[in-house]
Amino acid sequence: ALQVVVPQELTSHHLSAPPTVTSEQIEHLHRRFKQLSRDQLTIRKENFDSIPDLEFNPIRGKIVHAFFDKRNLRQESEGLADEINFEDFLTIMSYFRPIEMNMDEEQLDRFRKEKLKFLFHMYDSDHDGKITLQEYRNVVEELLSGNPHLEKESARSIADGAMMEAASICVGQMGPDQVYEGITFEDFLKMWQGIDIETKMHVRFLTMETIAHCY
Amino acid sequence: GFHLYNKLPSVVPESCLLIFVGLIMGGIIYGFNDRSPPVMDSDIFFLYLLPPIVLDAGYFMPSRPFFENMGTILLYAVVGTVWNVFGIGFSLYGICQVKAFRLQDVSLLHNLLFGSLIAAVDPVAVLAVFEEIHVNEKLHILVFGESLLNDAVTVVLYKLFRSFCEMPTINSLDVLAGVGKFFVVGLGGVLVGLTFGLTAAFTTRFTKDIRVIEPLFVFLYSYLSYLTAEMFHLSGIVAIIACAMGMKRYVEANISLKSHTTVKYFMKMWSSVSDTLIFIFLGVSTIGENHEWNWPYICFTVIFCLVWRALGVLVLTFFVNRFHVNSITGKDQFIIAYGGLRGAICFSLVFLLPDFHRKKLFIAATTVVILFTVFIQGMTIRPLVDLLAVKRKRESAPTVGEQIHIRFLDHLLAGIEDISGHWGQYYWKDKLEYFNSKYLQKMLLREYDQPKSSIVLLYEKLERKHAIELAEAGQLGHAPHHPALLNNRAVITDKRLEDTLNPDVLDNMQEILARNLYRTRRTGPAYNRHTLPGDSEPAEHAKEILILRHRGL
Repeated sequence: ALQVVVPQELTSHHLSAPPTVTSEQIEHLHRRFKQLSRDQLTIRKENFDSIPDLEFNPIRGKIVHAFFDKRNLRQESEGLADEINFEDFLTIMSYFRPIEMNMDEEQLDRFRKEKLKFLFHMYDSDHDGKITLQEYRNVVEELLSGNPHLEKESARSIADGAMMEAASICVGQMGPDQVYEGITFEDFLKMWQGIDIETKMHVRFLTMETIAHCY
Repeated sequence: GFHLYNKLPSVVPESCLLIFVGLIMGGIIYGFNDRSPPVMDSDIFFLYLLPPIVLDAGYFMPSRPFFENMGTILLYAVVGTVWNVFGIGFSLYGICQVKAFRLQDVSLLHNLLFGSLIAAVDPVAVLAVFEEIHVNEKLHILVFGESLLNDAVTVVLYKLFRSFCEMPTINSLDVLAGVGKFFVVGLGGVLVGLTFGLTAAFTTRFTKDIRVIEPLFVFLYSYLSYLTAEMFHLSGIVAIIACAMGMKRYVEANISLKSHTTVKYFMKMWSSVSDTLIFIFLGVSTIGENHEWNWPYICFTVIFCLVWRALGVLVLTFFVNRFHVNSITGKDQFIIAYGGLRGAICFSLVFLLPDFHRKKLFIAATTVVILFTVFIQGMTIRPLVDLLAVKRKRESAPTVGEQIHIRFLDHLLAGIEDISGHWGQYYWKDKLEYFNSKYLQKMLLREYDQPKSSIVLLYEKLERKHAIELAEAGQLGHAPHHPALLNNRAVITDKRLEDTLNPDVLDNMQEILARNLYRTRRTGPAYNRHTLPGDSEPAEHAKEILILRHRGL
C-alpha cells in the first residue's frame, strides 16, 4: 500500500483549525482515491464518471469542476488543474470538516468564511470574483435541470428574481441609474447570514467499507 | 375576550385560562347539583377531540427540520420516555414503602402503570404553550416532535403494565414480548399512516372534476388512518402524523387553491375547537368527588416528574452532543426539560384505568401534576425564555435566493458524499428524492409531466401573492410613470448585452423595466427583455406577463 504522508499544509495552521482529519479518515479517503484513480497517482475529470450516483446530481459539473479549481486547491495561480493528486483531494475534502467543539469566535468565523469561499467559487465560474446575472442563471438552470419539463424561461425568471433580491439585500435602495454589477464575496457573505453554514456544510466521515461498485 | 385584551396572552397562556374557566364551570355545576359534574369521557377524547389537533400538527409540521433532527427526536421520545416511566415508577414505589404514608398497598406494578401514563409529554399542552413563546425552530421541533412520537411508547407501556396487572405471574418472555410490541406499534403506525396518506394522494389525482369534495378526502383519510391504527392497537397518533406528512406534498399539488384554503382553515378551526374543549373539560373534571388526596404521594409525584425529566434530558443530550455537530446548549436543555408538559392524554388514560381501590389516588395525583405543569410551568416558561435569552425564531419571510442556496447545498453535499463513498444523510435524502421523482410523482400527481421543485413553488407563491396585492391596490391599471415604481428599481444589465445593443433599445429596456417592476423586492419580472421595442398598453402588458408566467410555470 502507498505510504500516506500527511502533507504539511494539513497539519499546520494553514487550515484555520488544528487538524481534524484523523488518520482513520485519511486512510478511508485514500482507499477511495485509489479506487477512483484506478491505482494511479492522480485523477482526472474523467475518473469522476465512474461514480454511478453522481450522474443524477444536477450540479455534477460544478462539483467536479470544484475539485480541479486552483483557487480551492490553495495554489497561487488561477484556472483549472488538469489532474490532482491525493494531497489535493484531501484539501478539497477538508472544506467539509465538521466544526470542532473548542473553536473560538475567530476560528469559527474563519472556518465559516472558508466554506463560503468554496461555495462562492462554485457559483463564480469565470473566476472574476463576482457572480454575474448570467452565472446565477446558469446555477438555477442547472439546479432545476432535473425537471425536463420546466421551461428555460422560468428558470431564468427565477434567477432574475433572486438576483434582484440579492441586490436589495446587499445594496439596499438603488437610484434609478445605478447598475448592479454582480455579487461580490462580501455580498455573498451577507446573503448567507441567515443560514448556519458551519453546521450544515459537513460530511461525516465514518470508517466504512468503500462501496465496491465503481467500475 | 382573551384575544382582545392584549396584555393577557403575554402573562397567561391560553390553556391556563381555559382550564380556569373549566374549573369555574365545574364549580358552578357542582354547587347547583351537589354532585360531580360530567367527567370527560375517554372515548370522546380519544375518538373526537384528539385527532383534529394531531392532524393539524402533523400537516403543518415543517418537515425539513423534523427529519434533520429525527434521530434526536426519536431518542428523546423513546429512550427518554422509558427512562421517565421507570424512574418515576420505581421512585414512587420507594415512597410507598415508607410506613408513615400509609401507601403500602400500592404495588410496584401499580406504580409502574401510573408512571407510564404520567411520564409522557403531551402534544396538546406543548403546542398550546410553545406556540406563544416563539423559540427557535430547532428547539420547538425537538420538544414538539418528542411529544408526538412518544405516544407509541406510552401506548405500549400502558397496555403492557395494565395486562401485567391482571396476570398472575410474569416471566421474562412477557417482557421481551413487550419490547417487540413497541416496534410493532410504532412501525405499524407509520405504515398504516403512510398507506392512507398515499391513497389519499392517489385519490386526489382524479378529483379534477369534483373539486368540491377534495377537502373531504384529506380529512377522511387521516381520520381513517387514526381509527385503523387504534383498531389494531397500534399508535394512532403516529399513524395520523405519518399520513399527514406523507400526503401533504402530493395533495397540495393536486388540489385546487380554494380546496387548499378550505383544508387549511377547517383544520385550524377543528383543532382550535378541540383544544378549547379539552382544556375546559379538564377544568370541569377536576371538581368533584373523584379524588383521594394523599398529599405526600401527590407531592412526590410532582417532584419526581420534574427531577426525572431533567435528569433524562441531561443524560440524553450528553449522548446526542457527542454525535452531532449542532450541539444543544444548556439553555436549550433547560427549556426542553421545563417544557415537558403533561396534559389531557394522561388525564384520559387515568380514567381508563380499571377500577381498583387506589384509582382515586392516581386521579388526584394526575390532576395535580397536570394543573401544575400547565399553570406553573406554562406561565413561567415565557419569562424564563426571555430571562435566559434563548434564541428566538427568525421572523423573516422566505426568499427565493435562500431556497436556491439551500437546494444547492443539498446537492453539493450529496455529491461529496457520493464521491467520498460515504452513505450519509444527504445520500439517503437524495435517493429518496430520486425515488420520489421517478415513481411516486408519476403515480400520485395529476399533472405528472410537470413536477415542480420547491424553488418554483415558492417563486410562484410569492408571485401570486404579489399579483393579488397589486390587483387589490389597483396598481395594474395605473399610468406608467408612477414615482413609487421608479424609486425601487434595481437595474441589472448584462455586460455582454450592452455591447451588442444600441442605446435606443437599451433605453427602451430600462423604461420597460421601470414600468413593469413591482413594489417589493422579492419578485422579478420575467419577460423577454431582448425583443420588446414598442409595446402595447403597459398595464395590460403587465397583466399579460403575469398570466403568461403562471401558465408557463
